[in-house]
Amino acid sequence: MDLELSSEQKLILETVRRFVREEIVPLEADLDPDASELPPHHRERLVAMTKELGFYGLDIPEEYGGPGIDLVTRTLMAFEMAQHRAGLYAPCYGVFGGAGLAQLYEADDGQKERYLYPVLRGEKRGFFALTEPSGGSDPARAIRTTAVRDGDDWILDGEKTFISGADKADFGIVFARTDPELGRKGITCFLVDTDMPGFRVRRIVHTLRSTHYAAELEFNRVRVPGRNVLGEVNQGFAIANDRLSRNRIPYAAGCVGVALKAQEMAIAYAKTRKTFGDYLSTRQAVQWMIVDNEIDLRTARALTLEAAARADAGKPFRTEAAICKLVASEGASRVVDRAMQIHGGYGMTKDLPLERWYRELRIRRVGEGPNEIQRLIVARDVIGGSFH
Amino acid sequence: MTGVRLAKPWLDLDEAAIAALPGQLGVYEIGDAKGGTLELGFAGGRSRFGLRSAIADAAAKHQTAARFRYEVTMQYWSRFEELLAVYLADHGELPSGNADRGDRRVGRIAAAGG
Repeated sequence: MDLELSSEQKLILETVRRFVREEIVPLEADLDPDASELPPHHRERLVAMTKELGFYGLDIPEEYGGPGIDLVTRTLMAFEMAQHRAGLYAPCYGVFGGAGLAQLYEADDGQKERYLYPVLRGEKRGFFALTEPSGGSDPARAIRTTAVRDGDDWILDGEKTFISGADKADFGIVFARTDPELGRKGITCFLVDTDMPGFRVRRIVHTLRSTHYAAELEFNRVRVPGRNVLGEVNQGFAIANDRLSRNRIPYAAGCVGVALKAQEMAIAYAKTRKTFGDYLSTRQAVQWMIVDNEIDLRTARALTLEAAARADAGKPFRTEAAICKLVASEGASRVVDRAMQIHGGYGMTKDLPLERWYRELRIRRVGEGPNEIQRLIVARDVIGGSFH
Repeated sequence: MTGVRLAKPWLDLDEAAIAALPGQLGVYEIGDAKGGTLELGFAGGRSRFGLRSAIADAAAKHQTAARFRYEVTMQYWSRFEELLAVYLADHGELPSGNADRGDRRVGRIAAAGG
């Protein structure tokens, strides 16, 4: 694909780059190395700036008030927005605004009034609950949470795990089995308020990622009104699947972003650190690590932009999204690992962001579908659904 | 399984006890002599001497501080959030030393037995 940027794209990227380096990075000197939130007064100030720039709510569809920037440009912006310590999971600490949960744009008018618009106004928070203790990679078969019709309502029973943000949310998008005989065609999507009796957050799941932790959820005879069915009964899996494919592109872009910054840091350090009388940058062992980084970076960057371009063009992009997610997450992990090696002992410390990226990137090879599932998706698409 | 409380033994708050603390990262609880909790906190990556300096600094803020307990953990941020959420579930409010969270939400989590 043609990677020549338009003058408008160049201007946007330069603006975002300066914003990250002049407004975000300096604040991190005073924050805890694992922080994912800004102090409220800084957050309000920076949100006002992104609104003034016309960049607030980047991923919100234009008809709902978003700035209407294409996905390729947003992907290029995401490369920049991730280039700071918290950038992988909290790019710019959220001051560019979020789009909320993409499924809510498919909601009916009443649901939009109760959930989508309050989310866009920052009044409500939601979570996405698909994965269960019985598995997350094969949700069509692994979902054991059930929803049984009772008059106009549904009764939900079951449990979910590795659900981010549920303990601080007002509602969740929850997938439950409504027909045990129909496999993936027997799953329905529900909007569940967290104050509905029978819902509870059972515990926090501590992982390598100390902030943006996950939680285990329990649904014990939760009565959900019929008007809270999102989409059609037994059509929930399509909603989940579409979301999974779309999320893989920005997921990959975040990986590319932190890897770009790690490479920049590695080169700068190699040019200033001397061993045995000369700079690290003169050592072939270090040069080759930097070259391998560059190959990983350029590959991941190009594949992520290719997926974004296909999505912008309205072409199928499931295969491209799967490829960019696995290449970016694995490549970025290698880049950060090599950057740590070049930095030596300093690379292991919390003085530098490398150790945080190293921990968080490990999760990226599992999150949004493990990379083995991405390979399965690509295999199905290039070999054929039945593999013969 | 439910949210996990900080089930470590209480220690008397004195100079010798603080000096003996590890310099590692972790979470802590500062209490008064009546059995109340004054503050939950964490020793993060910016702390000078990990739990040792973080607990000393926190104790100095509370005139009635008489005891403390701690837990060494690298996941200090999520553990701290969990302790706040469990305390809120148990008591309906946060300790006085944690009342400055502004608009940052505390998670809602089921406490043990809850």
